[in-house]
Amino acid sequence: MILAVVLIWMIFAIWPEWLIDTLGRKKTFVITLLNGLTLAGLYFLVASGFTLVFGLMRNVNLAHGAMYLLGGYIGYEVAERTGSWFFGVIVAFVTLAIIGVILQLLVFRRMQGDDLRQTLVTIGISIVAADLMLATWSGTTYQFLIPEWLDSSTELPIISAIRSSGQAVFIKYPSYRLFMLVIAIAIGVALWLFLNRTKLGMMVRAGVDDREMLEATGVNVNLIFAMVFAIGAGLAGFAGVIGGTALSIAPGEDVRYLLASLVVVIVGGMGSVTGAAIGALLIGLAESFGLAYFPTYGVLLTFLIMIGVLAFRPQGLMGQA
Amino acid sequence: MFTKSKLLASSVLALSLATTSAWAEDIKMGAIAVLEGAFAVLGEDSMRGVEMALEEFGYSAGGKKIELIKQSSDASPDSAVRGARKLVEQDGVQVLVGPLSGSEGIAIKDYSKTQPNVTFVNGSSGAQDTTLREPSENFFRFNTEGAQWMAGLGEYVYNEKGYRSLAVVSEDYSFPYTQVFGFLEPFCRLGGTAPQDARFYVPIGNKDYSSVIAALPDDVDAIYVALGGADAVNFLTQYDQAGGDLPLIGGSITVDQTVLGSKGRTRDFVIGTPSAGPISDTWDDPRWQAFVAKYQELFPDGFPSPSLFAHAYYINTKAALLAIDEVGGDLSDGGAKMREVLANLEFETPTGMVKLDERRQAIGSIFLTEVVEGPDGNLLNKTIKVTENVNQTLGVDYEKFLEYGAVSRENPQCE
Amino acid sequence: MTEQKPWFSQVHPGWWVLLAFLIIYPWISSNFFTYQIGGYTLILGMIALSLMILAGYGGMVSLAQITVAGFAAYALPIFGSNSVGVLGLGWPVWVLYPFAILTAALFSTLVGLISVRTEGIYTIMITLAIAVSFFFFALQNYALFNGFQGFSGVDAPTFWGIYWRDPTPFYYLCLACAVFFFCATLYGARSTFGLTLQAIRDNPRRMSALGYNVIAHRVYAFFLAGIVAGTAGVLLVLFNGRVSPGTVGVDIAIDILVIAVVGGLRHPIGPFLGALAFVLLENFAIDLIDRERFNTVIGMAFLLVVFFSPDGLYGLWQKAAAKLRRRDIHGAKPTAESQQEQSQADLA
Repeated sequence: MILAVVLIWMIFAIWPEWLIDTLGRKKTFVITLLNGLTLAGLYFLVASGFTLVFGLMRNVNLAHGAMYLLGGYIGYEVAERTGSWFFGVIVAFVTLAIIGVILQLLVFRRMQGDDLRQTLVTIGISIVAADLMLATWSGTTYQFLIPEWLDSSTELPIISAIRSSGQAVFIKYPSYRLFMLVIAIAIGVALWLFLNRTKLGMMVRAGVDDREMLEATGVNVNLIFAMVFAIGAGLAGFAGVIGGTALSIAPGEDVRYLLASLVVVIVGGMGSVTGAAIGALLIGLAESFGLAYFPTYGVLLTFLIMIGVLAFRPQGLMGQA
Repeated sequence: MFTKSKLLASSVLALSLATTSAWAEDIKMGAIAVLEGAFAVLGEDSMRGVEMALEEFGYSAGGKKIELIKQSSDASPDSAVRGARKLVEQDGVQVLVGPLSGSEGIAIKDYSKTQPNVTFVNGSSGAQDTTLREPSENFFRFNTEGAQWMAGLGEYVYNEKGYRSLAVVSEDYSFPYTQVFGFLEPFCRLGGTAPQDARFYVPIGNKDYSSVIAALPDDVDAIYVALGGADAVNFLTQYDQAGGDLPLIGGSITVDQTVLGSKGRTRDFVIGTPSAGPISDTWDDPRWQAFVAKYQELFPDGFPSPSLFAHAYYINTKAALLAIDEVGGDLSDGGAKMREVLANLEFETPTGMVKLDERRQAIGSIFLTEVVEGPDGNLLNKTIKVTENVNQTLGVDYEKFLEYGAVSRENPQCE
Repeated sequence: MTEQKPWFSQVHPGWWVLLAFLIIYPWISSNFFTYQIGGYTLILGMIALSLMILAGYGGMVSLAQITVAGFAAYALPIFGSNSVGVLGLGWPVWVLYPFAILTAALFSTLVGLISVRTEGIYTIMITLAIAVSFFFFALQNYALFNGFQGFSGVDAPTFWGIYWRDPTPFYYLCLACAVFFFCATLYGARSTFGLTLQAIRDNPRRMSALGYNVIAHRVYAFFLAGIVAGTAGVLLVLFNGRVSPGTVGVDIAIDILVIAVVGGLRHPIGPFLGALAFVLLENFAIDLIDRERFNTVIGMAFLLVVFFSPDGLYGLWQKAAAKLRRRDIHGAKPTAESQQEQSQADLA
């Protein structure tokens, strides 16, 4: 609570000299904070699908990163041909959802209950997929054209400094990254509503808790599995376009986001969507502050958090023991 | 069963290939570059450079046929050495061209010391230590390296642009360190500063530069950016989005064609960004123009214009061929005569005359360029100045240069 | 030790033929085949063997085995000697090598402690994350690991008048280590510890209820696997003469997994078969196919194995051998051993 008050004060107040001496300029701090939050939004988008699939099927889908990247490429092609970024987002989601269903029906269903083999298959898929994507889209870096109305900076009601003339300088922040955060929150809320307020969602939750029991009650588990896999894969593709627009898409991004999802989900707790949100927040902030304040070892901060969590709460912050 | 028998068949086939192709008359030349993974595009262009040189000689030199054997590495030094070992010890090449990247180069140089009867010429690798410290007797580099590539840039931004203090954004490994060193050394000697706390070394592969951008100081005149490929594209876009307004200075691969031509919105704000490197796409010299035309004719699916990798592999291969020609194709002495010729070789390349110093490192021309808007609205690098005869020790003598110390995050101090 | 004699006479003659072949191999092949194909196969095979011990007997798939090997590999230039002028404390070989192997084994134990407390499937993710953290740490740290460049000029020792990086001595060194760990694995699998570990793999809850300390057994398995991987790491750095973050990258970690799975996780010969296939492909693929799509070939082979022959190349070999045997002894009842194999195959 006190922490929250201090944080709010740090965001809105004009910093006194001693604080600037210890932390540097206020602008750096506030923007880094925003970067952390928006990056957390992106991580949540990627990791929520991953955790959902694991929670229900015990399938560690290590091809999740490849799905992210494929979503990005497909979204790019569609956006480029149709000229509509939004259309690209939708097609990426739908295509990946379909690929997810196909994988579930043709591959994973055949090895139901064999968690390890399923996981190994996803590794094989990601090796091949990465190489085929490299063959198709080469090593070039792709960047999306952001829709016109998002391609600017928003002036935030936060004062960064007072000029000598007495005029206040407000902090500007790229609109698209704020939009990304809004999308992530919206998806998070939608997932929560789906899981907690719909009958289907309850079945999924029941499946997470006890798969055999759910099967015994006569529910068509295979249908639910296929659906959850579709949502999980679709979210990865969706995140590919959203994240690819904020940053860029290039070979290697698949591994990066797979790792980010892994760490987020290990920290947050496997199978928990709330955990994914908390994990994403921690990792996003750690990464941003690490880069801004100590770039050399910043990249390790996320892993230290992970190992710390594992040492004291092996099942993750929100995971069930 | 299928996989296994196929494997067996392939290895048997490989063995027989290796033994039957041992023509006593031919000279075997190995070429190693990165032909897999994300850098495969660059490795392929490197091989185009090798083929261009061989094509020019009609695949023969000194009256002997030249047989080219290719090998791939995955850009790691370990795999480069394994690839080189295969070429030398299995395929029996007498001349080896490569590798592509800096740390691979150091590893191959170390390996060359164990194979005194094979002549190694570099590919495009540009680490300083490959030839500066503990050079190898039989490793030759006819291309200039990372620190040389910056020649003239530090003086230019100090004198012409009037910059006095700089921030640095760079990837966190040896090649950018070398570039930062080559750029800052003359800049700081003139009196410029680049404080340590304004240098940001970002791990390779990081894509989110927004926090680094937020931490950049306001009170500098410009930002020196030593990033390449996707990292450069990301930084430039995010810097633009964050409303950054400081002028930029580019490393050799920060504002090259791959970055300027990347898919996405054109970044008008990079217009006017100076940089320096071993080639300049738009140089109007007839030697360069002829090289580009030949490249385009031979490789219609190549890049619009040869990359610095194709160029480096081309001149290194050409040097080897010239030397083989000079000794009449006689490598029976383990290539000793050929290496003697190589050490004293001076020849004309598409970018001007090249010769070697006593550590077998190239002394050549460096191009100072600036990003301008081309006739069709595309972005190009315009040649501002050509500095000839740039040597590895940047004009000072060898002993004194060594005192500057190895390249690192902090070198030069420059406070 | 007393059991050794009956065990000795049980060995299938095929193994003796194989061993004899491996011993005369350097005399019938070129230096290149002895060193780069033979030596490197044995090294990769040992690293994959350490994974096979964990995955095959313990049901714990660890992607950090190359990291453990890398830990030992880094210990050599740091505490021994190197040519880059960073650290190099110059310890004598007879202290250095055991020290490197032991620290690697302790590191492996630590990895085990972190990763085995949770459900089995977590192991793969946590070890992957550990592998990546180690990679980044080695990449970013210059004081200890010399960053991106890593260390070069790690020399092999000369004693008994032999320079141990010469192809033939180096090959025999690798072969001795590999044969030792191979036999130790076979022997260990039938020891009380090995049997308990396999029982834990099949049903941890029951074993826990029976009073076995599940975690302690798993962590001890990590320690033993660490010795194997650590030894391989020492050989690896001698083989390459250098070590850098690229040596312990994620792609290599995945390669090790591919090698172990493609070779087969049920018998310690599997990882060596997988390593042989991998090394041959790596060296000669470019002569046959476009090297550019190397990863597609590797990935497809991996997928095919996971799909159709969960026991890898070794499984294929066994199936073929079983067919032959069946043809020989018509109508013979399946032996207890093959039944057990069958049930294990169902589990794998």
